[in-house]
This record gives sequence, C-alpha cells and structure tokens, in this order.
Amino acid sequence: MRTANVRTTVIWTLVALVGATGWAVLALARGEDVSAAWMVAAALGSYAIAYRFYAKFIAYKVLKVDRTRATPAERLNNGIDFHPTDRRVLLGHHFAAIAGAGPLVGPVLAAQMGYLPGTIWIIAGVVFAGAVQDMVVLFFSTRRDGRSLGQMAREEIGPFGGAAALIAAFAIMIILLGVLALVIVNALAQSPWGTFSIAMTIPIALLMGFYLRVLRPGRVSEVSLIGVALLLLALIAGRWVAESSWADTFTLAPSTLVVWLVAYGFIASILPVWMLLAPRDYLSTFMKIGTILLLALGVVIALPTLKMDAVTDFASRGNGPVFAGSLFPFVFITIACGALSGFHSLISSGTTPKMIQKETQVRMIGYGSMLMESSVAIMALVAASIIDPGLYFAMNAPSGAIGTTVQEASRVVSGWGYSISPDDLARAAERVEESSLLSRTGGAPTLAIGVSEIFSKVTGGSLRAFWYHFAIMFEALFILTALDAGTRVGRFMLQDMLGNVIKPFKNISWKPGLVITSALVCGLWGYFLWVGVHEPLGGINQLFPIFGISNQLLAAVALAVCTTLLVKSGRLKWAWITGIPLVWDATVTLTASWQKVFSSDPKVGFFKQRSVFQDAIDRGEVLPPAKNMDDMHTVVTNSTVDGVLTAVLALLIVVVIADALRVCVRHVRRPALSTLSEAPYVESKLVAPAGLFPTREEKEEARHEVGTPAGG
Amino acid sequence: MRSALRRAVRGVRWYVRELTDESAYDRYVTHVRRDHPQADVPTRREFERMRTDRQEEDPRQGFRCC
Repeated sequence: MRTANVRTTVIWTLVALVGATGWAVLALARGEDVSAAWMVAAALGSYAIAYRFYAKFIAYKVLKVDRTRATPAERLNNGIDFHPTDRRVLLGHHFAAIAGAGPLVGPVLAAQMGYLPGTIWIIAGVVFAGAVQDMVVLFFSTRRDGRSLGQMAREEIGPFGGAAALIAAFAIMIILLGVLALVIVNALAQSPWGTFSIAMTIPIALLMGFYLRVLRPGRVSEVSLIGVALLLLALIAGRWVAESSWADTFTLAPSTLVVWLVAYGFIASILPVWMLLAPRDYLSTFMKIGTILLLALGVVIALPTLKMDAVTDFASRGNGPVFAGSLFPFVFITIACGALSGFHSLISSGTTPKMIQKETQVRMIGYGSMLMESSVAIMALVAASIIDPGLYFAMNAPSGAIGTTVQEASRVVSGWGYSISPDDLARAAERVEESSLLSRTGGAPTLAIGVSEIFSKVTGGSLRAFWYHFAIMFEALFILTALDAGTRVGRFMLQDMLGNVIKPFKNISWKPGLVITSALVCGLWGYFLWVGVHEPLGGINQLFPIFGISNQLLAAVALAVCTTLLVKSGRLKWAWITGIPLVWDATVTLTASWQKVFSSDPKVGFFKQRSVFQDAIDRGEVLPPAKNMDDMHTVVTNSTVDGVLTAVLALLIVVVIADALRVCVRHVRRPALSTLSEAPYVESKLVAPAGLFPTREEKEEARHEVGTPAGG
Repeated sequence: MRSALRRAVRGVRWYVRELTDESAYDRYVTHVRRDHPQADVPTRREFERMRTDRQEEDPRQGFRCC
C-alpha cells in the first residue's frame, strides 16, 4: 500500500467537507427554505467517500479480488453471452438493467414522511447495504461461472432453502408486476394524451422490430434514432388527439385499462422476442438514460427549493394517507430500489458476471452502478419534495380519503395542515392539461409534476404540459417493458416448477405449455391489478407495502446467500459485511410483515381490517370509505388475501435465513462437511484497468502488453 | 483541435455501438475466425436470428429490473 500524498489528502478532505456540510444543512434547517443543492451535496459527498474507501476495502480486503484470475468471460468466451466487455460499456449495461420505475416511485411515496428520513435511508442504505449486496453477489456469481441467485442458493445452502427461495422469487415477481401495472393505470386513467402516446409505442416498436429483423438486421443505433423520433412525435400528437374529437376514444376508465394491460401482457409475452420485446427495450433504454441525464442536469441547473417539511407528523403518528404505518419500519420498505433492492441480485448474478473482464472491476460495476441508481432515487425525492405539499397530498391520497372534488380535497388536505385552495388544485391540473390530479396515486404522476416543474424552470413554463407527459411516457414505457419481460421470466419459473410434475412443461418451447403458463402468470398479476384498481381503501395504499416487503425479502435471500458464502469461503471474520445489512433488512421487513399481519390498527393490520369490516357486514352497516355492501365484501376478501400473502412470504424467508444459518453454524463446527462450488483458478491473460480511470501502473501494464507480440 | 473532435466522435460512436450491442456481430465474427478457423461464419441475418432465439429460450438473459 502506498502512503497517501498531500494532494490526495487535501482532495478527500474537501469531498468529506462538502458531504458533511450537505448533511448538516439538511439536518439542522427547520422551518426555512432549504435548497435541493444540499441534498445533492450530501449524496454525492457520501457516495464518493463510500466508493473510495468502503468499497475498496470490501473488494481488496474482504473479497480479495484477484486480477490474475480469469473471469468466466475470458475462460468461456463464446462471442455471444460470455465475452469480456469493456468496463465502461458494462457499467452502462448493468445500470440500464437495474434502473427502472422502482427508484422513481418509492421515494415519491416515502416523501409523505418528509424528505429527511428518505434521504438518510437512500444514502445510508445504498452505502452499507444495497451497493454491498450488488457487488458481493456479482463477485460470487463471477467465481461461479455466472450462476443465478437461485442456483447459488440451492448449491450453497441446500435444496430446501433453495426451493423456498425459488417460490418466494416467483411470488415476488407476480406482486411486482401487479403493482407496476397499477402505477401505469393510475397515471393513464382519464388521460387521453398519455393513453394515446403510450398506445403508439406498440406500433412504433413493431415497426422497429420489423426493421431489425427483415430490413437491416442488427443496426440498432439507427433504428433507435428512428424510434425515439417517432416516440417524440407520438408525444406531441398526444396533445392534438386530446384536443380533438378522438379524445373520448382514448379517455379510458381504470377498469378498461386493466383489461387492455392484461391482454397486452399476455399477447406480448407469447409473441417472438424480436417483434415487440427487443425493440421496445432499445427504446426504453434510450429514453431511460436520456431522461435520467436530463433530470440530473435540470436539478443541478435549476437548484429548486424543497417545499416539503423535513419530517412530517405522519412519520410518528403512522396515519399517513399515502401508506399507513410509522416511519420504522415503513419508510425502509417503501424505498426499496435506490437504497437496497433484492431484484438487483438477479441481474448481478446471471447476466453481468458473464461479461466482466476482471474480478477487480466488481467495485466499479456492482458498487458503482448501485450508487448511480441511488442518485436517481435522490432526484425522485427532490422532484416530490419541491412541489406544493398540499398538491402532493391531494395527488397521493386515495379518493376514499379526500373525495372527488377539488373543494372537498382542499378541505381535507388543509385539515392535515397543508393548505391549498380549490383553485390552486384545479389550476395545477389545467397547467399540465389533465382533467384532474386528485388521487393520482402510484408516484408516477407526482414525479411527472416535479419533473415538469424542474424542466420548465429551465425551458420556460409553456412546455410544462409537454414535460409532464414526457415524464409519464418515460415511466410507462419501461413499466410496459417490465411487464413483458417479467411475464416471460415468471413463465420460465412456472414452466420449470410445473415440469417437475407434468413432464411436457419442462420443454419450454412446447406451445400449449407456453400459452397456459403465460396465461397463468398474466392472470395472477392481473388479479392483483384488478384488486388494486377496485380497492375501496386505495390500491397503492394497500398493495405497495406488500411490494416493498417482497422486494426487501428477496434482498434478505441475496444477503443470506452472500453471508453463507463469506463464511464458507473462510471469511468468517468479515461475515458482518453482509451480515449486518442482513440483520437490519430482516428486522425491518419482518417487523413490517408482522405489523401488516397482526397490528391492531385497522389501517395497518390486514386481519384487523378484515375483522372490522366483517363485523360491520354482520351488523348490516357500511363503513366509509366503502360506499355499499359490495365494497365491504371487496375489502374483506382483499385484506384476507393480502394478509395471507404477507404471512406466507415472511415464512418463506424465515425458512431461507434459518437454513442459511444452519449451514453457517455447521461450517464453523465442522468445516470438512462443507463443499464450495467455485470454479477452479485459471490464470488471466487479459490486461484491463480496475476503475473508470486507469492508474499509472495500469497504463504502464497496458503499454507493456501491446509491446509484446500477441501470444494467443 | 480537429483531431480531438474526431476522436470524441469516434469514442461516442464506439460507446453507442457497444452499449446497444450493435457490434455483437463483428465481435462474434472475430471470435469465430480466431478461435475456430475451421467453422463457417454466419451471415449477419443468421447471427441476429440466433441471438433473439437464444433470448427466447432463456428470458432471464437481458431481464430488466423494477
């Protein structure tokens, strides 16, 4: 180890000071205007320090990454899925794969408790848990030829824990798809502009698919440019449609949209990949990266002022309208992606490890990408916190709570201490050319309002409505991609499970099996979507906590696998690196599950809710927000399903953690009984830098390599 | 100045081609010619079909997150 020189010391001291100042201002400012710049400073300062020191420590001291060891990409290079990929390209790939609607939606909903709890969790969570998980999973999967998380759980923990992990992953996938679909339905309902532009993405994608398949195979950049241009045209045309006589055709009720979405999901998932999935994925990747860059620029240029309180009263009282429950544990499950996301472990194992050039790059790819995703979450939190809090609550509270007129909404929201006049509510909707913004729950519309606020500060207010719909389109686009891709992954899991019982299902291209399993998967998420749309208590309010819990439970599986592997590979003294995040995550998530199942507060506990409404039915009463007996029965059925589901998920994860613990204890007592399925050491012949910028030694090494005649 | 600009444009083009996997075919051809000189090199059309067929078979490849 070299000793630190003066320049390095000065630079890192400055970085630390910037971060610390950001934190100090955020923590100490009360009742005065705080600029979003401080949030950005706190985040970037913390990320830089964490990346430079903590991630480096984990990579070199704990994982002991070995730059002389060949990665699967080098050993098994087949020019297709296994191939050494430039680290900067792989960073882009990996980031595009992990970033989606999650980090944008969660922080928006969590803003009901104020911006401070969310900021602390996003930053501390990513530094100590989320980025660590992504990097460690990536490392271990790289050592195992790119095995998936499920395979690693089976091989390293055992068939029992492995099976539990598999069933949990399937259930989690279904809930994820149902909730994401609900987010789009809430954003597109009664919005002809949004519905038209999203509908247009289907013919655009089909056209791109045809172009790539028949006209000019593989010319992705040119077809993506054509696609993006058409997409922007569809966005502009959306306004004309909304103002024309066609508006009624595209003004859809939520329940109609449900039918369309489920039908879309089913058809898209049985069509060949090249037709819809692949081209749509190119479009959404372009839009994703472009919009995130624009948003980052917008936040830095506009530096808006945060209008939300640092901590609202809902944080301690636990009776918030967006989601029920108090700060602990519910902030930590509402913000999943962006701080700690179990889903990332599915990307970090599987695809990325087959492309990484050097083990030393796991820090940049695994930890670095997750820091980038976390900064997206921070931007979403900024966007939600700069809009008028009165508008925020009017948009995010279910209509059962705030009613359906601006007068009623204004009265209820003002009663919570956030005054906003009926006129202001009506004008906010008018300015983005929507008929109403009341109860547009799900986070996407709120984010779009925040984004349009930031962008129109830069471009002028005349484009506000355009930016709002741009943001809606951007989110809906990759949620639709996720529905298609997720249905396929769910189907794949189901085919695998059913194949053990009914043989023909094992053959994944067996058409009847394919159609049946696709229909089953769509039916399952479609059920949750239908329930969410018709839930008298508010779909997002009821379902988002289950989504958060399930994502964090998947993270618990990933962290349990990591911890087991650390112990089994002789790194017992470093097991706390993933062990502490595991304990924290399990505590938070199991507490949340416990409260959702057993709480005696009917707003929080599903079974209490069930019994309150069942008792009322027995007495022949109708309890608000239900409007009639049918609503009452709906509430009873839904809370029973939600409660049972939460309990089952929690039990599955307890099984996985207990099984992992058993394996760890056995290894500590009798190491000879453990087997470790690591690919054997092969010496690497590649030369590649570890970080974004090559060090002087790495440049020297590269020059040396070029100088010697090519060997093999 | 001119050459710096040209280098930047080349860099961006390289990055976009790599990120979108437009360069996948060239990479595969290089791989086949070097490691399996006896084998036939598929046309671009055949190669791109093979690639989407592989994704069809295992949808976990290229999966996107929430």
